[in-house]
Amino acid sequence: MSDAPIRDSRPGANLSVPNAAALDKAADVEGRSLWQDAFRRLQANRAAMISAIVLIVMAFVCFVGPVLVPWSYEEIDWDILEATPPNFDTGHYLGTDSLGRDLLARILQGGQVSFLVGILATSVALVIGVTVGATAGFMGGRVDQVLMRFVDVMYAVPLMFFIIILMVVFGRNFYLMFLAIGFVEWLTMSRIVRGQTLTLKNKEFIEAARASGGSTASIIARHIIPNVLGVVIVYVTLTIPQVILLESFLSFLGLGVQPPMTSWGALIAEGAQEMEITPRTLILPAVCLSTTLFCFNFLGDGLRDALDPKDR
Amino acid sequence: MNEPFLQVRDLKVHFPVRTGGLFVGQYTPLKAVDGVSFDLNPGETLGVVGESGCGKSTLGRAVLQLIGATDGVVSWLGTDLTSLNKKELIAARENLQIVFQDPLASLDPRMTAGDIIAEPLRNYRPTLTKAGRRKMVEDMMERVGLLPRMINRYPHEFSGGQCQRIGIARAMILRPKLVICDEPVSALDVSIQAQVVNLLMDLQRDFGLALLFISHDLAIVRHISHRVLVLYLGKVMELADKAALYATPRHPYTQALLSAVPIPDPTKERNKDRILLTGDLPSPINPPSGCVFRTRCPRATSVCAETVPELESAGEGQEVACHHWQD
Repeated sequence: MSDAPIRDSRPGANLSVPNAAALDKAADVEGRSLWQDAFRRLQANRAAMISAIVLIVMAFVCFVGPVLVPWSYEEIDWDILEATPPNFDTGHYLGTDSLGRDLLARILQGGQVSFLVGILATSVALVIGVTVGATAGFMGGRVDQVLMRFVDVMYAVPLMFFIIILMVVFGRNFYLMFLAIGFVEWLTMSRIVRGQTLTLKNKEFIEAARASGGSTASIIARHIIPNVLGVVIVYVTLTIPQVILLESFLSFLGLGVQPPMTSWGALIAEGAQEMEITPRTLILPAVCLSTTLFCFNFLGDGLRDALDPKDR
Repeated sequence: MNEPFLQVRDLKVHFPVRTGGLFVGQYTPLKAVDGVSFDLNPGETLGVVGESGCGKSTLGRAVLQLIGATDGVVSWLGTDLTSLNKKELIAARENLQIVFQDPLASLDPRMTAGDIIAEPLRNYRPTLTKAGRRKMVEDMMERVGLLPRMINRYPHEFSGGQCQRIGIARAMILRPKLVICDEPVSALDVSIQAQVVNLLMDLQRDFGLALLFISHDLAIVRHISHRVLVLYLGKVMELADKAALYATPRHPYTQALLSAVPIPDPTKERNKDRILLTGDLPSPINPPSGCVFRTRCPRATSVCAETVPELESAGEGQEVACHHWQD
């Protein structure tokens, strides 16, 4: 080596302070990745952190809560058989709906469906969208043309029409709805990922990866996808509320979950029919839904700020 | 040395550039590299110099087939790289590596230094255990002057010089036979440049590798190269041993380039005779007829516009492509 013995170049590292001794003992210097940097910035964003906590609490309550509620979501209280105000003696803490079913249990169950749809349908969209987008962007040429024209065609298919046909052909199936929504939502995801991939693929580190003997598949998996993930995560947190809203809309139209199962959208639809008599049955699920959407949007916003490339 | 190591013959890289046409595009070839030939021997350094846009980087990438050649032969240990399919090419790249110009851009920002250096190992030595790989990476880090305990750091936590050392470690970890250095030091400070160049020379001596050293810095090329190739508009102007080229440049372009190198002595610098080239680099889409340099050449005559000068021998180990080199 031509230069002097390599010393740690950080300030203070070569001074004879106790700190330096401790550093010298440390076997490896742990680096801080861009993810960790972004997470720190996210933590500093109070609105986003509160949203994240609210979401976690809500999801937890929706999935664990039904165990603690005395009534199940499909049980009809034959003593009541109508909408009643909250009553702690009968165990209907939020009252009952028009058929005498416990409203709290139904809201919790509806929350389960809404969260599941949000997460599962978005996962479907994520997997398909990232794979197609990264492949199209990276391979370019004819592959890109074919895949993107397919996306164009899919965009042109009316969403409602597509979902109604699916429901008619395959019957109303809980999981089919996840797939149907996911199949629609991946289009935008693939466009976004493709765009990001195009900007990445001419970077020198991709060329370096090819020179180090990487195949196309391994370059996509090892370099392209981790680097587009930042943008994708932001889009995912903004897609989840969209999907929840779409499910609510479908349920509102009667195309979503099948009774007695319910979702927040279905509950709102039921409540809307009786909003003049018992506004409670409309307001409570609506508040839950709006809070969730609001929190997801805030979290997405915070993530976008945290992962902003200009901040790096 | 009868076995040819690296032989490049009449290499051409043309990029189609859309020059017109409303619906059906009209494409004209941009001749980035146009008929370059040279040999490289084991353990030798060939410097490639030329001004911006003359095809230096394209030439380096075309040798590795990172950019497909339009025509010509890149013969590596007797096999023509341009004729290989994808799989064979990946196999051949084990011995061919590249160090890039921008140290930070050539490292994946989401990977640690250790993962970056280990990447060629993961591709070419899949049987290696994790511990074995780590050992090799740490040894190589030490070899290029990085603290092995920085193995878990990320590129943005390193300085430019350190990033370039990571890039060099990644290129060297498979002990390749040929490394293309695409302006490896032009993005670094002068003091760091010297360290990195000396590191490359040390590695070359220890591993016996051949370097194709692309640069526009004539002083550095003089320091590291055995022979020098002068490119202008994708064509070879002069190819000569280092001593001959710097002592007796034959081509007017080489002479102009050398006269532009500053001399670290104010008196001499003020009084030296500079050959100033007029005009700009002509468009490679529409290069001048005959000798591509004639539009800026102080010695150009009518013959230069008509015939393309061939490379001819101009003394021991020196070749020049000019009609008037003897004038």
